Amino acid sequence: MHDSRKSFHTELNDLENEMLKMGSVVGESISQSIEALINKDLELASKVIKNDDIIDDYELEIEEKCTRLIALQQPVAIDLRKIIVISKLVTDLERIGDNAANIAHKVLAIGDQTLIKEMQDLPGMRDIVVQQLRASLEAFVDMDIDKAKEVAAGDKKVNQLDKQIKSELLKVMENDSTTIEQGTSLMFISRFLERIGDHSTNICERTVYMKTGEWTELE
Amino acid sequence: MSNQKVLEVKNIDFFYDDFQALENITMDVEKNKVTALIGPSGCGKSTFLRTINRMNDLIEGAKLEGDILFDGESIYQENVDVVNLRKRIGMVFQQPNPFPKSVFENVAYGPKIHGVTDKAKLEEIVVESLKGAALYDEVKDRLNKSALSLSGGQQQRLCIARALAVKPEVLLMDEPASALDPVATAKIEDLIEELKNNYSIVIVTHSMQQAARVSDMTGFFLMGELVEYDKTDKIFENPSDQRTEDYITGRFG
Repeated sequence: MHDSRKSFHTELNDLENEMLKMGSVVGESISQSIEALINKDLELASKVIKNDDIIDDYELEIEEKCTRLIALQQPVAIDLRKIIVISKLVTDLERIGDNAANIAHKVLAIGDQTLIKEMQDLPGMRDIVVQQLRASLEAFVDMDIDKAKEVAAGDKKVNQLDKQIKSELLKVMENDSTTIEQGTSLMFISRFLERIGDHSTNICERTVYMKTGEWTELE
Repeated sequence: MSNQKVLEVKNIDFFYDDFQALENITMDVEKNKVTALIGPSGCGKSTFLRTINRMNDLIEGAKLEGDILFDGESIYQENVDVVNLRKRIGMVFQQPNPFPKSVFENVAYGPKIHGVTDKAKLEEIVVESLKGAALYDEVKDRLNKSALSLSGGQQQRLCIARALAVKPEVLLMDEPASALDPVATAKIEDLIEELKNNYSIVIVTHSMQQAARVSDMTGFFLMGELVEYDKTDKIFENPSDQRTEDYITGRFG
């Protein structure tokens, strides 16, 4: 097929690739934040917090590029929807980055205390949300609606884990009031992971919009 | 506002000798709306535009099948008065083509041909038409100067005024702004927005942005076929046909 807007479409591809790079930095931050918790690696937690600035810069840069492409290229139809969706996706990615940084702040607050409970469910939850994020971006790249819906459906599992972790922590705190402070931090961490899952669902919803031009809420 | 049909195009096939330029075109043109026709060069959009006021009758070897109803009546019946048809369905061309006469005479020409002789009445029509074409304020002090002394954009608005002077119901515009600079183009586009209150407009344009800006409905033509015809926002946000999408996004072979 002859492309009469080759340089524009090359720029659009570059934009998409940059968004994916941002996505992988964000995914790394999520992984590292939980790793820092499990290994009590406060240096790693500080690094996650610092990395959030890089993620913020990505967001601004990509948004500016979206605005410029709209102004200079007057995109329409799928091209327009893709640019609009990318400019929204980077906001979700940036929020995910914030949540990873929030987890890292809680890790710093817990410091070198012994964990009040063995937290094998948090790494499990982390693995799911990182995988969801990756899959949601793949669905975007492939414009694969079925995959987007599947990823969004997987968010239920994350919500269940969050509930389960909360109730387990509450039991521990009920039995021993000295665990309340750390217990609350751990509940927050679980909550932050759950929020990250919600943002991946947003990415899936926007992918469906990009492909179909119609807005659908995915649960 | 109701969606009243001013034109009903029914299964039009059009041939230049053996070459089929239009294939089974069917569409309704709504009253007091702007309908844009887009598509690559040679797709048949201008040919189609000219079938609406039978301008193609003048081309030797041209043949049309199907029919177009204007206010419910066929325009291709033998007894149709073509001069009267073109009075009711006016046309503005790509290149401004004023007569080498005064501004006043250019606008008064049509009404005179159609029998208006009263001087005061003619003057009234000229002023009204120039105002309608958003040109009056710029030329009111030089109505007797040659139309050729006007700028390109003014000449094109003069041609629109000339078309308005015979009180048409439909205005056909064949790339009316493609020879104009951006400021003059913007004026024509604003004018189109104004004109649709009183006229139904069909515009052929090579500029997709222009179609997107000025029209309510857009038809995409490709190789003599009307591929897609829908509301303009639908066409430019989320067209139904892959060929439309390929064309408007530039992915087109």
